[in-house]
Amino acid sequence: MELGKDLVAASATPLVLAILAEGDSYGYAIIKRVAELSGGHLQWTDGMLYPVLHRLERQGLVAAKWGASESGRRRKYYRITRPGRAQLAAQQQQWQVVDNTLRGIWMQACTA
Amino acid sequence: MTVSADRASLEQQIAHWREYLRRRRAIHGSDVEELEGHLRDQVAVLTEAGLAGDEAFLIAVKRMGNLDALSREFARVHSERLWKQLVITPEVGDQSEKGARTETLVVLVLAVVAALAIKVPALFGLQLGGGDEPFYARNASLFAFPPLTAYFAWKRGLNLVTCVWLALAFAAAAVLANAYPFETGGDTHALTALHLPIALWLVVGVAYVGGRWFAGGGRMDFVRFSGELFIYYVLIALGGGVLTGFTVMMFAAIGMNAEWLAQGWIVPCGAMGAVIVGAWLVEAKQSVIENMAPVLTRLFTPLFTAVLLVFLATMAWTGNPIDVKREVLIAFDLLLVLVVGLVLYSASARDPEAPPDLFDRLQLLLVASAVVVDAVALAAIAARISEFGFTPNRVAALGENLILLVNLAGSAWLYARFLRGRGSFAALERWQIAYLPVYSVWAAFVVVVFPPVFGFR
Repeated sequence: MELGKDLVAASATPLVLAILAEGDSYGYAIIKRVAELSGGHLQWTDGMLYPVLHRLERQGLVAAKWGASESGRRRKYYRITRPGRAQLAAQQQQWQVVDNTLRGIWMQACTA
Repeated sequence: MTVSADRASLEQQIAHWREYLRRRRAIHGSDVEELEGHLRDQVAVLTEAGLAGDEAFLIAVKRMGNLDALSREFARVHSERLWKQLVITPEVGDQSEKGARTETLVVLVLAVVAALAIKVPALFGLQLGGGDEPFYARNASLFAFPPLTAYFAWKRGLNLVTCVWLALAFAAAAVLANAYPFETGGDTHALTALHLPIALWLVVGVAYVGGRWFAGGGRMDFVRFSGELFIYYVLIALGGGVLTGFTVMMFAAIGMNAEWLAQGWIVPCGAMGAVIVGAWLVEAKQSVIENMAPVLTRLFTPLFTAVLLVFLATMAWTGNPIDVKREVLIAFDLLLVLVVGLVLYSASARDPEAPPDLFDRLQLLLVASAVVVDAVALAAIAARISEFGFTPNRVAALGENLILLVNLAGSAWLYARFLRGRGSFAALERWQIAYLPVYSVWAAFVVVVFPPVFGFR
């Protein structure tokens, strides 16, 4: 099953924020975590994560810092900020509303 | 394939990919590094799973996605990157950071030197705005050009001998300009004030090309530099005008007259310092921002061609002769200067290897019509030259007219050959470049020889 493009794009922000809320991370690890969490159903084009991260950084929802990887190369680590957590909470509520609504109508369809 | 060979070819592939990514304007160096780190992480995981290096690379690149789409996304997030920015201070961690700081310091010191130099004569009682304007007019180029030359001498690392020669040129100019007993308000004085900067610009040029005038493409770079500096100088002057206006206006609001400050300090010091700062900006931005002079050339070549052709047609149709007045010769000189400038700057931006196109035909038309217009004007002037008699102004203007006419006739000839496929564009470029010193040598001739010959009138 492949998710629609719009849905993937819409879910990118809450997903990235939620993963960063678990702890600081970097691009490749975030992609891996997304694949893991979705059981491989959510396939992002790897490169596309970075414009998303940069946009969040611009909006002040995440902060970035250059650090070192295990192999000694420079690597950019991302951390969620306080406004980022607030945004995550807001998004959580919005998605819950969507989820509840859809659930409601589909339950009716099943029982009817 | 051995492990090390596999590794080497992988590194090579990654290097290619990195170069390919770097060429995209929306993706900056640090982004490339971040994406490369991702690619390497992916490749490492895949090779651990048993894939060969190049297989892993192919998969990792595929997963990275379409680079066009990626750079579009980057451009949406960082839209400012599509506007080339002139960043004077390099990125943090850049190795050239220290060098750039030193350069900033050198430029600031030299700009201050140039700005203060124009105030030095005041210490000896020569007041700007106090009847000593002729002195300042004569020496205008001697305040800013030496610091400018010093900047390039420092930047290009000129050897001591060249530096001494350049300093001697300025010293000779200073002596000549001030030792000649000019008549007040005389023609030769005005000619000296006008021609000394042109003569000395060649000295700046020698420093600009690092003392090797005849080697490499340095001279054409100097032409490009001159055009850009002119444009930057005009822009800085506009800003300076706004600054001056506000200064006077604000102090007037609290009942104080700041005009002495504006006229005695801001305008003269700013005009001198701006030469150095403008030169530095041109140097700093040459690889960052599109050159403006060739753009203006492209814009105005068709317009000037049209005006000249219409002028010729009107003159032929009505039969009106040129009314030879005092200013006519100078006006036609300026016209030729302008056309030479248009040819020079379109040559400076053109790829010499490219085949002739419509714009080249337009250039030839422009040059040819300018030559015809000027020949008509010269004929009219020559017919009445006996009536005028020889004054220094007229001889200088005639000399300049001839120099420019020869340049344009040569250009027209070479353009025609090029368009007919008998010659290369490089020949035209060489002609223009070889001609550059002629202007300065003639200007020096006017400065050195004219005053004594015409009795300092």
